[in-house]
Amino acid sequence: MTKVIKVENLSKVYYLGGAKHNSLRDTLVGFVRKPYRKSKKDKLLALQDVSFEVNDGETLGIVGNNGAGKSTLLKILSRITKPTSGTAELRGRVGSLLEVGTGFHNELSGRENIFLNGAILGMQRAEIERNFDEIVAFAEIEKFLDTPVKHYSSGMYMRLAFSIAAHLEPEILIVDEVLAVGDVAFQKKCLSKMRDVSQSGRTILFVSHDMSAITRICNRAIALSDGKIVGAGSATDVVREYLSSSWGMTAERFFEIGKNSPESEFVRLEKVRITDENGATCGSHDIRRKIGIEATYEVLQSGKILLPNFQIYNQGRVHLFTIQDVSNEWKRQPKDKGRYVSTAWIPGNLMAEGSFFVNVAMVTYLPIMNVHFNALEVVSFDIADSLTGDTARGDYAGKMDGVMRPLVDWETSFKW
Amino acid sequence: MSINQPSAAGNSPRPDEITKIEPAKWRNVFAWREFWSYRELLYFLTWRDVKVRYRQTAIGVLWAILQPVLTTAIFTIIFSRFARFESLQISYPLFALSGLLIWLYVNNSVTLASNSLVGNTNLVTKIYFPRLIVPTAATFSGLIDLALSFVILVGLMIYYGVNLTFQILLAPLFVVLAILLAISFGTLFSALNVRFRDVKFALPFFLQIWMFLSPIFYPSDILPEKWRVAFALNPLTGILQGFRASMFGGSFDWFSIGAAVVLTFALAGVSFFVFKRMEDDFADLI
Repeated sequence: MTKVIKVENLSKVYYLGGAKHNSLRDTLVGFVRKPYRKSKKDKLLALQDVSFEVNDGETLGIVGNNGAGKSTLLKILSRITKPTSGTAELRGRVGSLLEVGTGFHNELSGRENIFLNGAILGMQRAEIERNFDEIVAFAEIEKFLDTPVKHYSSGMYMRLAFSIAAHLEPEILIVDEVLAVGDVAFQKKCLSKMRDVSQSGRTILFVSHDMSAITRICNRAIALSDGKIVGAGSATDVVREYLSSSWGMTAERFFEIGKNSPESEFVRLEKVRITDENGATCGSHDIRRKIGIEATYEVLQSGKILLPNFQIYNQGRVHLFTIQDVSNEWKRQPKDKGRYVSTAWIPGNLMAEGSFFVNVAMVTYLPIMNVHFNALEVVSFDIADSLTGDTARGDYAGKMDGVMRPLVDWETSFKW
Repeated sequence: MSINQPSAAGNSPRPDEITKIEPAKWRNVFAWREFWSYRELLYFLTWRDVKVRYRQTAIGVLWAILQPVLTTAIFTIIFSRFARFESLQISYPLFALSGLLIWLYVNNSVTLASNSLVGNTNLVTKIYFPRLIVPTAATFSGLIDLALSFVILVGLMIYYGVNLTFQILLAPLFVVLAILLAISFGTLFSALNVRFRDVKFALPFFLQIWMFLSPIFYPSDILPEKWRVAFALNPLTGILQGFRASMFGGSFDWFSIGAAVVLTFALAGVSFFVFKRMEDDFADLI
């Protein structure tokens, strides 16, 4: 086994807000010495000391939450941006696919875009010509080859774009989340094409939020959180660990009294956390398991009816639903002074896969309605559908639309 | 290495070649070899810019001809009616068109190139390639227009019965110099534009002033002798002088031509230095 990719202590710092130079002279002097020297203040460690190796023919999955550093890592390995420190070595041709259809031009026809996009992806003209018919057939756009792509449906556009990329023949293929597009049948085709590529002995780095795709395509995986590698090993182990841990998720939030705690004269929020069914803090959940949202708050004056209220949003900021304490025990029962812990249980098999945010409010309805506070996006959590066959997904492996994914009862009877 | 033997052709390193990724460092040499290995991308980006420019226009590529022809007509009306340049050896439309053809190429190329990186954000942030390809392609895409207006110029020369001399063989050298000048300013402004979007607003003024300071629609000998040296600091002075002399068979002003060569190469050096210096941060800044 030869090592095809060797990454050593890779770090990347982003400076937010940009440099503030005092004068044009400073800018010029600073430029000659070191361009863009930035203030030490607003820096973001996108990657910290990341090291790993990939052998020839391996398919490495990279998992992690949004902002964990996956895209930065791929950008560095694709040479789009430079690391702040550390080195990496890649052996052989590198093809990177961070986006499907990079450089497509709407005014150009499908045929023209095949050549343009192929060149952008690093294919020689002879290589494109050799694969041309196959690309067209794979994308199923024969009839529209000479139509400007601006008249394509989004499905056709994506099919063409992926088809070109799928015919890249590098030794190392870097793929970011590109399977999250296109229609279902085509996605299956893409996944199997990816598998063909990996079985033909090429090395693949594959980033996805789709854990089932990771486990099916990759043999090894690493997990990133806050720019650091927090898990590495076989793809199934890493995915299992990822789903059961809360790497980098703000699944738990504490508030400091008098500083940032949401409060009124009657009640103050102290802590909110997302738990698994056993009550342990957990930010990544299996779609089948129930999820607890737990709020700890202190009642400052006795005698008010105080009801916790949680609003659940998905990543697209769609308000999915609101839940509040309607239990007979507390619905109309004033609370005495003291500390309370309330937990709402969201049943398993309810929401679709993705990331979710929780707003936490405290309300009184009787005798008059009063919102004591409403803290926005206090905690977040992820739900993953792990393709076990016993979820609403069944045996289907592609992208499933819809914000909810309830597991419902079915009745089918045989008529004649 | 693999079952489906990957084709040997490709832009990226050969299968046995190693790509080393390191923190940004000042390297003295420009990676010409890498730039050369990406020549097909340069070709396709140029081709794209040419194809797209006149899409969905009613008269298409005719615009490339109309721009210099109409401007020449306007200048001819103004300068043959109201202000005559007595020193001209050739008829004014020839003089104006020959100047405009070079100027419009430089003007349009610098404008297109300066917006090229920002206009191709999706490429710069998603794919690796030598960034210099982008402004260079923008500059090359104007060559079609230049060639078309050159045809018009030749037609006009036949119409006016200009005698061709062997000097015309030198004309391409001055065109190449103009191209290098356009690439230099184009790359410089494209890099600065990534960081300072002020370029977008300042550039039109710069180009306008430059146009008036260049002997495009007036001959440089209308200026007093003492100003000639200062005028030669504008590389376009020498380029235009040399281009016209080789096309119409006049005498060469070697002082301004020499100055143009030195200045253009110096500018190219500065521009590539600045570009190279800023290149590594394009994807993070754009």
